[in-house]
Amino acid sequence: MSIADKVVVRLRVNGEDTAIMVPPYKTLLEVLREDLGLTGTKHGCELGECSTCGVLVDGKPFLSCLAMPLDLEGREVTTIEGMARGREPHPLQVAFAELGAAQCGYCTPAMLLTAKALLAREPRPSREMIKEALSGVLCRCTGYLKIFEAVELAASRGGDG
Amino acid sequence: MASSNPGSMFIAGGTDLVPNLKRRQFDVAALISLNALPRMRLIDGDGNGGLTIGAGATLDELAHHPALDGPYRALAQACDLVSTPQVRCMGTLGGNLLVDPRCNYYNQTYSWRKAVGFCLKKDGDICLVARSSPRCWAVSSSDSAPVALALNASVTLHGVGGARRVRAHELYKDDGIDYTTKRADEVITSVDVPATEGRMTSAYWKLRRRPAFDFPILGVAVALNWDDGMVRAARGALGAVGSRPVDITALLEPLTGRRPDDALIAEVAEAAGKPARPLDNTDLSHYWRKRMTRVYIERALREACGLDPQAGRLSAQVKAATS
Repeated sequence: MSIADKVVVRLRVNGEDTAIMVPPYKTLLEVLREDLGLTGTKHGCELGECSTCGVLVDGKPFLSCLAMPLDLEGREVTTIEGMARGREPHPLQVAFAELGAAQCGYCTPAMLLTAKALLAREPRPSREMIKEALSGVLCRCTGYLKIFEAVELAASRGGDG
Repeated sequence: MASSNPGSMFIAGGTDLVPNLKRRQFDVAALISLNALPRMRLIDGDGNGGLTIGAGATLDELAHHPALDGPYRALAQACDLVSTPQVRCMGTLGGNLLVDPRCNYYNQTYSWRKAVGFCLKKDGDICLVARSSPRCWAVSSSDSAPVALALNASVTLHGVGGARRVRAHELYKDDGIDYTTKRADEVITSVDVPATEGRMTSAYWKLRRRPAFDFPILGVAVALNWDDGMVRAARGALGAVGSRPVDITALLEPLTGRRPDDALIAEVAEAAGKPARPLDNTDLSHYWRKRMTRVYIERALREACGLDPQAGRLSAQVKAATS
């Protein structure tokens, strides 16, 4: 890949502005993992079916495997690396850890970010609302129940904080 | 740009296009993004006076928009039933109206298609669903398309030749490959829903295997205009039973001038299911999908009439047969 095939992409990721040279056909998932070193965002089906690559764009759940970075200039991308405040984990991360709401951990970043988007919109969601919000994120270790309980625990402690 | 870049495609949400690119169903030289076009996400109008919806409005925005809480509710229901919440935050109304028709033999990886033998729609020369067929039978899999027909919506298309307005009925062609009258250089910029005359109710029902995920394998959209408790006009369309949405308005005609009750709705639904000709090329058996068509028409009509959707006679028949 020669430099002539690359374009400048300006992204705002986790509150930091960044400009990188990448081939224009790379997806946001690939740019985050390969060019920005943010490997917390996971690579799953690549077809928008499993949501494990989920990030937030302007606070809403987005599938990074389907998103083209050039289209996201001027928008705010949040990955799992941007969820903690400094050294302090986000209340959702604390609740997930306390209740063991992760098994293999592969879906966990997307579960956490999707739950964060839900709590920002709906600080005290019902169980049905949690199920609906997380319905696109597939967990193959069978762990949904603990995840629902962890979201409820975080909500009871003040939600998105 | 599109006319000077042959082989290019437009991208908005990308939720249908990007997976198709990755499975090599689409070969494109360039993608042209529509996301920076002005006014693409505008939703203008109110509950009764007609609506203009920018084609770039996301399905998530439409699912929760107050302007779609009244007579146009079927559109909010349809948008809310597309795929997963994540896809709805990305996917747009314009993109959903033009979802690439789907088929079990087409929506597969390149290696799968190569192993089975390529089909008419991509790289092959026969239809694997109907081997002697000269045409492609891929299925119109849009949730919003049947609603657009039922609400008598139009779309505005912008292309190199200027702008034109096309009724939703005329946007589709009965072919799994050549499925739209939109020209390659044209873009849907807005969807216009006409004002209602008097009270109107609408409803959308969708059949699929996994309620949290799948494309429709049957969609039913109905819209009823009312006059003092009597139906003044009824419109409806079926989705995912052919290569384009199927208009069933003429078959809902017996409702006009009547106060619909259990018996009338069941009778009309039974007849209105007849044009559905599902083939064995999507999820679940085509026999079951055909059979559920009249049941889902009954449910949609009952909902639009303010009745318990699942308490109708055709639903009772299905329950009796499966218990």
